[in-house]
Amino acid sequence: MTDAKPVLRLENIVKTFPGVRALDGVSFSVMPGEVHALMGENGAGKSTLMKVLGGIHQPDGGTIFMGDDAVVMAGPLEAKAKGIVFIHQELSLAEELSVAENIYLGELPTKSLGRVDWTRLSDQTNAILQKLNVGFDANTRVGDLSIANQQMVEIARALTVDAKAVIFDEPTASLTDSEKVVLFDVIADLQATNVGIIYISHRMEEIFKITDRITVLRDGQYQGTVETADSTEESVTQMMIGRTLDLSRNASHHALGDVALEVRGLSCGKHYRDVSFEVRRGEVVGFYGLVGAGRTEIAETLFGLRDPSAGQILLDGEVVRINSPADAIARGISLVPEDRKGQGLVLGMNCRDNMTLPQIDRLKAGPFVAQGAEMEIFDKYHKQLDIRTPGWKQRVGNLSGGNQQKIVIGKWLSMHPKVLIVDEPTRGIDVGSKSEIHKLLRELAAQGYAVMVISSEMPEVLHVSDRIVAMYSGRVMRTFSSEDVTEDNLIQAISGMTSEQVA
Amino acid sequence: MADITRQQIGSLLAKQGILIAFVAFLIGFTIANPKFLTPDNVLSVIRSSAILGVMALGVTFVVISGNLDLSVGSMMSFSTIVVLDLHDKIGPALAIPAMFAMTLALGALIGFLVGYLKLNSLIVTLGMLSAIHGLTLTYSGGKNMDIVDKEGTWFSVFGQGTALGLPIPILMFIGVAALLGLILSRTSFGRKVYAVGGNGTAATFSGIPRARTVFMCYLISAACVATAGLIQASRSLGSQNTVGQGLELEVLAAVILGGASLLGGSGTIFKTVIGVLILGFIQNGLLLIGLQFYVQFIVTWVIIILAVWLDIAAKRGKLWSPIA
Repeated sequence: MTDAKPVLRLENIVKTFPGVRALDGVSFSVMPGEVHALMGENGAGKSTLMKVLGGIHQPDGGTIFMGDDAVVMAGPLEAKAKGIVFIHQELSLAEELSVAENIYLGELPTKSLGRVDWTRLSDQTNAILQKLNVGFDANTRVGDLSIANQQMVEIARALTVDAKAVIFDEPTASLTDSEKVVLFDVIADLQATNVGIIYISHRMEEIFKITDRITVLRDGQYQGTVETADSTEESVTQMMIGRTLDLSRNASHHALGDVALEVRGLSCGKHYRDVSFEVRRGEVVGFYGLVGAGRTEIAETLFGLRDPSAGQILLDGEVVRINSPADAIARGISLVPEDRKGQGLVLGMNCRDNMTLPQIDRLKAGPFVAQGAEMEIFDKYHKQLDIRTPGWKQRVGNLSGGNQQKIVIGKWLSMHPKVLIVDEPTRGIDVGSKSEIHKLLRELAAQGYAVMVISSEMPEVLHVSDRIVAMYSGRVMRTFSSEDVTEDNLIQAISGMTSEQVA
Repeated sequence: MADITRQQIGSLLAKQGILIAFVAFLIGFTIANPKFLTPDNVLSVIRSSAILGVMALGVTFVVISGNLDLSVGSMMSFSTIVVLDLHDKIGPALAIPAMFAMTLALGALIGFLVGYLKLNSLIVTLGMLSAIHGLTLTYSGGKNMDIVDKEGTWFSVFGQGTALGLPIPILMFIGVAALLGLILSRTSFGRKVYAVGGNGTAATFSGIPRARTVFMCYLISAACVATAGLIQASRSLGSQNTVGQGLELEVLAAVILGGASLLGGSGTIFKTVIGVLILGFIQNGLLLIGLQFYVQFIVTWVIIILAVWLDIAAKRGKLWSPIA
């Protein structure tokens, strides 16, 4: 590896936007056959760097080398022609077209008179799909594939060009654990063909599993490159934020109050069945399981978005029916939803208006909204949650992911709910904000809130929960207390081994 | 360097294009015809924009809530014909509330279909454009409608009267604008309209009744149409049953010109008023420089296209981009 030349080398890249130095002399190189992680908090400059590499932004200074040659990426097409391929977090596929058509879109093989050569098209496609070892064929409609398989289509598309460097941007954000394994195999295969791979992710376990080196950016500045084998999560986190993320087990114990929420034998069609649990005041109950285990659907039922087909919901010991979100809110249930941008926020609205939205009818001054009361609410949670925004008038869409999430949390805290449900509290959020949100969830429990946390990240569940409900395929497999849970028995529980087998 | 300047100009055009174009229009028209910016002409422009303007105020609510209303033109014909017909049958004092009730019922039907049944507003209101036209023709038996005693009715006050030295139609436009402006910017209902149009799912997740909010927007739009029909009927005291035909596009043009996004979630009453005035001045200017009346239909179309283009351009900060 020492005498090999990097496939791609960025030297002293500088990019400024009005008022911001987004990249300040960043250098970075990828060797052939290397998986190189690019890490940094949101806003550290990763996306800007990738946009420079992809020809979307032109750098104000610095040089891009491919092999020995300095190159200029004038536009996305040119970057692609030079062998730079992106696998984006958000997929860009035509759902109504077949896998083959998507892969060769724009360069379909033709016969005379411009007729598409369908036979050649599906043969070529199937050859690539075979290499990727996937379970669908060239003629499948893309819209019928799972997100993970759609990602495979994107990767297949990358393989049709003579790729020199492939960039994966948060590729596992919406994958289940088993799908991740397939993805990592594909990455290993790519590696074997001497392609250079840039891997962008917030997830430490993945970084340490599959990458060779790690480059860290902070505030647009190059913090250094380290060998993955010589580093630890703590040391990398330290580079990213200048301090470490505490993911030790939850050890705090405070007195628990009454049962705030109890669920008895709740079922909802094929989503989940016979689910029972309780949440006490002062307690964080974590819900852990694979995607599709039914956790989000339970939250949606409690929030009045789904009708249960059987079972009871009890609030403070009283059986209730919850018919709509308005109903749930009135009864003191709040939901911080999974999809922050799609469900949690009106991105075009300002910070204050987003925060007061659920109680806008209560803030009255005569016929009008009481603006003073609104400002009070915003000021209080702006301070308490340390939301970094230039002011209440800022559009929420302009904030970083972590600050957006704090707006959503503030919005529901201001309702003083009995039960706070938080679905994926730190998805797509940088490490610094992550640890703040974890701390906040613990504090809320200490203040006497009953908190349900749904998460797909085991360290997170272990860190914040007093008890953990392990779910598999719509059923509760086992409920752990923070003393008797281990990573092993938790994994066993969520992969479908019955509680008898485990016990 | 040249590249940067070009980019900056492009970005400025994208963000302030409408205003820049409007100022250019004003300067051009004034040079071509000095009468253009005289107080008399300005007042006449505003008065002739009042009917369109009142309708645009209502449609602003619908557009901010993320929907369209293409039925306002034929609904205005309906209101006008109904109030003129009932004037001679039951007298103006009863005719006016009866006409409002019937127009609101049409608005409620659209609101139900779009809000509660969640049907696509483009299809629903395009269908209603045709259906209400048919309703008007059926109601009037295909004939034009006239008040018999044109001299002796106080009904003419809404279209022809003056108060405080200003024509009543202008005062009604100002009054409705002030009322709806307050509702949209200051009440909790107004906030819900922005939330539902900005992100309907997030609004639902915040406990906002999405269907009811959309329903109310169509009621407001219908109330504005009824007001516009009242002014129209009172001004002419007789009318063809196609009097509002084509107004739906001009109304939409005014709302978009003002800067409300067709995607919903943005726009204000004040901006719509500006949009109405821009449209009025441009149409008036075209007449003053001697172009045929019919040219304004073509120009209105050009303005709509320009406005939609600039709306999108302002979002991406560039006039043109290979990706949306």
